[in-house]
Amino acid sequence: MALLKIENLHTYYGHVHALKGVDLEVEEGEIVSLIGANGAGKTTTLRTISGLIRPVQGTITFDGQTISGVPAHQIVGKGVSQVPEGRQIFSTLTVTENLNMGAYTLGGDKEAIEQNRRRVYDLFPRLEERKNQLGGTLSGGEQQMLTIARALMAQPRLLMLDEPSLGLAPLLVKTIFETVREINAHGVTILLVEQNARAALKVAHRGYVLETGHVVLSGPARGLLQDERVRKAYLGEK
Amino acid sequence: MDKIRDGLAPLRKVPALWWQVGLLAAAILVPIPLGDYYRSVLWRTALYIILGLSLNIIVGYAGMFQLGHAAFYALGAYTAAILNLYLGVPLLLSLPLSIIIPGLFAYIITRPILHLRGDYLCIVTIAFGEVVRLVLVNNLFGITGGANGLSSIDRPELFGLVLRAPIYHYYVVLFFLVLTIFAMRRLEHSRLGRAWMYVREDQVAAEAMGIDTTHAKLLAFVLGSSWAGLAGWLYAGKLTVISPDLSKFLESVIMFCIVVLGGTGSIPGAFVGTLGMVTLPELFRPLKAWRDAWVGVSMVVMMVLRPEGLWPSRRVQMEIRGEKEEALAAPVNPAG
Repeated sequence: MALLKIENLHTYYGHVHALKGVDLEVEEGEIVSLIGANGAGKTTTLRTISGLIRPVQGTITFDGQTISGVPAHQIVGKGVSQVPEGRQIFSTLTVTENLNMGAYTLGGDKEAIEQNRRRVYDLFPRLEERKNQLGGTLSGGEQQMLTIARALMAQPRLLMLDEPSLGLAPLLVKTIFETVREINAHGVTILLVEQNARAALKVAHRGYVLETGHVVLSGPARGLLQDERVRKAYLGEK
Repeated sequence: MDKIRDGLAPLRKVPALWWQVGLLAAAILVPIPLGDYYRSVLWRTALYIILGLSLNIIVGYAGMFQLGHAAFYALGAYTAAILNLYLGVPLLLSLPLSIIIPGLFAYIITRPILHLRGDYLCIVTIAFGEVVRLVLVNNLFGITGGANGLSSIDRPELFGLVLRAPIYHYYVVLFFLVLTIFAMRRLEHSRLGRAWMYVREDQVAAEAMGIDTTHAKLLAFVLGSSWAGLAGWLYAGKLTVISPDLSKFLESVIMFCIVVLGGTGSIPGAFVGTLGMVTLPELFRPLKAWRDAWVGVSMVVMMVLRPEGLWPSRRVQMEIRGEKEEALAAPVNPAG
């Protein structure tokens, strides 16, 4: 059974019908990429899953439990973490404090928090070097690492990343995607939203293409990379 | 200001415990050589520090505007007075209800308006303060005494000792002040304190990190308001006369200024703020007509020269000063 299953999801932003019946499935251990143009509904999909927006219709099931309509703060506790778009770190908190925030749902379990911090620092040695530095003084790439690390502190089973490559230098983009693969190798299922379709499909097992609130295409990532329409519309080939 | 701070640097080497013991000893000894008037001024100062600290939970920690805080102060005082005058409850025993009832009101009032953003929330709290004042003036159920308020409340009695002289009241208020400071320090570093900090910094991110933001904000309001109720109880015990003026808008403004001028989110800030907003105007009583002007001028000067307050918490200072530096540094700091 799929870890995350979305059926016929409809979401509105005010009067704008942003998602018009999205169906999506993520199996345990997979990396799934969600690609599409601006305004296709990629971010909306993530925000609906994480509970920041309530769907009008449709169901979201995570690990057999319905989570549509559950408040965001409870969804985190169930094992779904989101890395928000645009590196929303707390710039006046230190790296360590930012990480502690991610572990909020673990409560006072100091041992688990310490263990997670260890794991996160192993993954991002750069952050350990800067653990007492203020978030705002980190470089763009380091800030992106920090948002990912912060989300990992909650020990998620499903990690959702929203445009992790946004505004980063090409070399850093490569590093970030390598990290995504590494996190996945540790057993964390990943749902990735990206405008950088090529990079996103290269790292993923499967992909979905979203257009104006509908899933128009889905399948194994390799297949999508070869697909005529995808190549034309999203990979900039003729 | 920063120069003064550097000059005081050697003092920082003195262990914190020595400071705390020394200040406490000073607070205990100071009123002894003074006359009753000055003892009352000290009492007032300590009371407003408690009020400032209670409002600091809402404004400083959780980052919400509250310009109706005096209403909860009044509710605490009226609870004590009504219990005493109509049911004969000794003042000391009414303390729990003087804390619980304002907290309950805070829950009922703020629950439906928590989703409002800063300025709108602020307007609603102003309205609430005024509603409470008008209800008290209009003699609700005939028990609030109308515009004259309630008088001849029994003096509090502690182990057979009737607390009459100002110095006793000063020590009572000092006891609660020490308790408050202790509680605030614990609260600041608790899990709830961290949750408030995250909510203040970025509500959506906090929610996405698994914090029940509504719950956190509600707790800030309830705790802060209950604490204001405690201050009201202390007030009723000393003055034995209370009136709807307790819930005046100006009272709320003074409390708000104590927090903001002293330094949002900072415990020593509430001390400095109270000194500036309550103690000095009281000591310069002949100039009191100028007080409003003094408040206005000091506000403008502060906002220009020291927007983070006189004794800010380090975090708020970084937020305000840091933004300027970041803005200056931005062009030479490319992404990546």
